[in-house]
Amino acid sequence: MLDLTPDEWMAIRLSLRIALVATVVALPFGVAVAWLLARKEFWGKALLDGVIHLPLVLPPVVTGYLLLISFGRRGPIGAFLSEHFGIVFSFRWTGAALACGIMGFPLLVRPIRLAIEAVDRRLEQAAATLGANRLRVFATVTLPLALPGLIAGCVLCFAKALGEFGATITFVANIPGETQTISAAIYTFTQNPGGDAAALRLVLVAIAISLVALVLSEWLARRAGMRFHGE
Amino acid sequence: MLAVDVEKRLGQFSIAVRFETEAGVTALFGPSGAGKTSLVNMIAGLVEPDRGRIMIAGAVVFDSQGRINVPTHQRRIGYVFQEGRLFPHLSVAANLDYGRRMSGLTADPAETKRIVDLLDIGHLVDRRPGKLSGGERQRVAVGRALLMRPRLLLLDEPLAALDAARKREILPYLERLRDEVPMVYVSHHAGELRRVATSVVRIEAGRVSAIGGKELLEEADADAL
Repeated sequence: MLDLTPDEWMAIRLSLRIALVATVVALPFGVAVAWLLARKEFWGKALLDGVIHLPLVLPPVVTGYLLLISFGRRGPIGAFLSEHFGIVFSFRWTGAALACGIMGFPLLVRPIRLAIEAVDRRLEQAAATLGANRLRVFATVTLPLALPGLIAGCVLCFAKALGEFGATITFVANIPGETQTISAAIYTFTQNPGGDAAALRLVLVAIAISLVALVLSEWLARRAGMRFHGE
Repeated sequence: MLAVDVEKRLGQFSIAVRFETEAGVTALFGPSGAGKTSLVNMIAGLVEPDRGRIMIAGAVVFDSQGRINVPTHQRRIGYVFQEGRLFPHLSVAANLDYGRRMSGLTADPAETKRIVDLLDIGHLVDRRPGKLSGGERQRVAVGRALLMRPRLLLLDEPLAALDAARKREILPYLERLRDEVPMVYVSHHAGELRRVATSVVRIEAGRVSAIGGKELLEEADADAL
């Protein structure tokens, strides 16, 4: 049954790579934004919060189209990046990772923000009296205590990236070997007569990957939580 | 040693306090809600006074006129909180070592052992704070503050969360600290201060109502004042 063709393997590898890169690259930004939203009051905070959550409520096609006109080869940001840094997003797997990262960003930020808000500020004060500057307080107290939220955010972002379809296909199309993820491949198979078996195989793979990610995150979160209660 | 002259408004309540201390243990004695904790938080740099000046060992750490406000992490003031505030994700050993690491001091195993022995916490170092009793937790908190080699040690009601038996267990350790470092010891409980204090600043309703020696503790507990 699970006798995957090279094309199907390619879509699976590509999906994993795109989801992983999207999550890993988004993580530092996500942590920074979560910390800002959790601990700082500043002008435009509500606006920032809103902009981050936009991909969650906008139709994915809209997000994809906005990416296309801004990060495409002729878009203002896309043209700048390709001219000065040689970074090209349009019709590349990197563009798919960008779309997935942006779609997953609100899901990444939210659990981290909640976890940081839950960290006892009195522990941060204690760290300051012991000589830790703000960055070190964050690195040695806030972040380790918010670790379960960090793991949850990463899993949600990864899952979203793995399943992302609308924004990705709008921004970077559906090119086998470059931007055709599992979701896009399943869509293609269902459009072709006789593609049902292949679509079903990829559906099973998608379920398996999602389950493994969930179980792994549960295990990691439990381990992180256990450390605080001393085993 | 410590010279404080600060004013701070906190809603309807105001604090205006001025006192100086020598080495030894200065008791900040007064009823709950007199502003004692806010005062030590100002000394530690966790709360910024509206006006005034704070000097520790000849160094100005806060001066509203000179626009000086040394951040908490540079003040080198040990602080033992009422609830201990040990880091739950670190072992006792890592908690004890935290201040030294963050203050950039070189490791001194002999000094660590001396403090650990002084406080009788050697058998706890491999545990997590969550597994300690209240008394053990406070002893570790004192050790952690001492091991950063502070210029001044602040203790804010360090025994308030403990029952009478635990208090009796810890007081001898606090008495031993008297020669280690100058201390400011906050409490509304005259009994424990009688054992450790060398001088007393009595605080009521955000003002200093008396400065003197242990005779100020004789009347009664501050909450009965």
